[in-house]
Amino acid sequence: MVPLYHILAVSVILFGLGAAGFIVRRNIITIFMCIELMLNAVNLAFIGFSRYLGNPNGQVIVFFVIVVAAAEAAVGLAIIIAVERNRATLTIDEIDSMKM
Amino acid sequence: MEQLILLILIPPLFSAALNGIFGRRFSNATVSLIGCGAAGLAALFALLAAWTYSHLASEPLPFIQSYFTWIEAGPFRADFALYYDRLTLVMTVTVTLVAFLIHLYSRGYMEHEGGYYRFFCYLNLFLFMMLLLVTAANFPLMFVGWEGVGLCSYLLIGFYFRKKSASDAGKKAFVVTRIGDAGFTVAVALLYWSFGSADFGYIFDRIGAMPPGSMQGALTAAGLLLFLGAVGKSAQLPLYVWLPDAMEGPTPVSALIHAATMVTAGVYLVARSSILFAHAPMALAVVATVGVLTAFYAATIALTQNDLKRMLAYSTISQLGYMFVGCGVGAFAAGIFHLMTHAFFKSLLFLAAGSVMHAMSGELDMRKMGGLRSKLGTTWLTFFIATLAISGVPLLSGFFSKDEILAGASEGPLGHPLIFWLAVFTAAMTAFYMFRGLLLTFHGPSRVEPHVASHIHESGSKMTRPLIVLAFFSVVAGYLSWPKAWGGAERFDEYLDPVFGRSTALLAAENLRPAEHSLSHLEIMGVSVAAALLGIGVALWFYLKSTEIPRQLAARFEGIYQLLVRKYYVDEAYDWLFVNPIKRLSDKVLWRSTDAAAIDGLMVDGSAEAALSLGGVLRRIQSGNLRSYATWVLLGAVLWLGYALFHG
Repeated sequence: MVPLYHILAVSVILFGLGAAGFIVRRNIITIFMCIELMLNAVNLAFIGFSRYLGNPNGQVIVFFVIVVAAAEAAVGLAIIIAVERNRATLTIDEIDSMKM
Repeated sequence: MEQLILLILIPPLFSAALNGIFGRRFSNATVSLIGCGAAGLAALFALLAAWTYSHLASEPLPFIQSYFTWIEAGPFRADFALYYDRLTLVMTVTVTLVAFLIHLYSRGYMEHEGGYYRFFCYLNLFLFMMLLLVTAANFPLMFVGWEGVGLCSYLLIGFYFRKKSASDAGKKAFVVTRIGDAGFTVAVALLYWSFGSADFGYIFDRIGAMPPGSMQGALTAAGLLLFLGAVGKSAQLPLYVWLPDAMEGPTPVSALIHAATMVTAGVYLVARSSILFAHAPMALAVVATVGVLTAFYAATIALTQNDLKRMLAYSTISQLGYMFVGCGVGAFAAGIFHLMTHAFFKSLLFLAAGSVMHAMSGELDMRKMGGLRSKLGTTWLTFFIATLAISGVPLLSGFFSKDEILAGASEGPLGHPLIFWLAVFTAAMTAFYMFRGLLLTFHGPSRVEPHVASHIHESGSKMTRPLIVLAFFSVVAGYLSWPKAWGGAERFDEYLDPVFGRSTALLAAENLRPAEHSLSHLEIMGVSVAAALLGIGVALWFYLKSTEIPRQLAARFEGIYQLLVRKYYVDEAYDWLFVNPIKRLSDKVLWRSTDAAAIDGLMVDGSAEAALSLGGVLRRIQSGNLRSYATWVLLGAVLWLGYALFHG
């Protein structure tokens, strides 16, 4: 079997990359992709624990997370399209006010 | 009886309130009617109370009456209670009589002054406070009166408050006597701590019942601290400096407060606490020593003063010293006797000086007077009588009281030849400087400036009648105590024996005198009369016959003369030692460092500054930059996770 901490290490690295990208990148869509990356890193961690504790609960949570992530991606992309149509930009630095 | 004692106190208080609140709208006549009327009523009730008390069955025991509970704090209790015994009788009658006469005099003196109603308001308030002081039955209530007279003294000295020297003098009086008041307060606290009560009756009975020599530490300390209060209030060394400056006040004020009543409060305090001092002879010895030194010292200064009122002020300090000598050697009745006679002739002297001042359009420098006798007949006569009295010329009141004090200094329980001879020398000096004052002012060639001379006129009857009455008392008051050496019974001493008898007997029994043969009473009288005549003779020689001699002496002994005229430079010394350092401390430390820098700068401005800068830092979170928000969220999540992992 693969040692647990291998799985966790990958999970942490993925999460870190996602977080770093979330902070650093300017394009909204890239940021969304980083959010997805963070979510999947967490999924990986859950599965690893589930396998090593023999507890199926971890895998059930992963189902929930995937569903939520999908829904969130759908809604989020819809908002991005609306914003892009209104402001003609995808750079997050320029979307900093609520005013139209 | 209970009501009578209260009735002595109420008219002055009521009148002060009336004049104080509504006086501005009253005419001068109304104000003086209320004011003098109150003083007159107080005198009347004082006499009535005296008569009633004398016929009480319980006489001569003190009559104590508590009217209501004033302070009750845990075990500590002080009632509004009044204490009336023979000593109180003497004090109330003297105070109210003299005060009444001075009120009458003020009608004339203050006629053309502004603030007429204010004057009578303060004067009556003072009378109330003084009467409260002498009738109080416990130390805290007495302290109310004590502080009250101090307050009124401040208000009246600074009556002409627009004049800087006057308001300064008022402040000086209050601050210097405050030092004494601190001693008084600590003494009362000590007595309460030792006896569990602050009532005269309780404390003095307890002390009287103790064997001599017990509680020496506490009693001596209490005695010394009480005396410290007396030193401040009665202007003895070293806290006398306020009294000469107090002459800035109107002359009736000088007469009432700084001659006859307030300054005698210290003597009253010592006399009232006689049993305490009898059990603490060391404290009593200090009283006598300070008294005689002050008497001597003040007399030396009075020798050279050129301002008439200043000279009388130093004379008052000196005579107060005499009273403390009387009490200090164990002859408490003699001290009180002198208090009474002094009240009459000293207030007369001041009022006559006021009359002179009135005639001289405000001039008080004796070098610019002279030859006033012809124009100011009544004033001269009364001043002359008072001068004879204070010089101790036989058959006038001053002779009898001074003689009793000298007898006490020689034969009394704590008498000492050093005290006796210093007192005798002081008596000679007193006679000298008083006659100097008389001669410079009323006799000899006129040195008056022409524009002043044209206005010289004898004062009206409102002013001269009280002078005459006081002159009468200055003569006869002494007959209350015709000396035994002349076949009399010394009634006054005998009368006060119930009050002081225990104390005097105790002191005598302790046998503290140096074992020397003392002079007989007749010899003492002879010495005192000789001293008086010597002083008078030299004064007559210097100021009537060979008037160049004083100037020559002053020139030959320039150093000593300057020292005396400049009052031993004590005011300058105090300025250098205490006043200026405190001023510098207040300015540099308390004002600049503490108030401006620390409180204003650090705490007030500083906290505002801190709030602003903290806000400035925290503001940066609200940047409008989405990515920084995201960063903060991430950071927050990491921190929380870390906390949960390691502490949760």
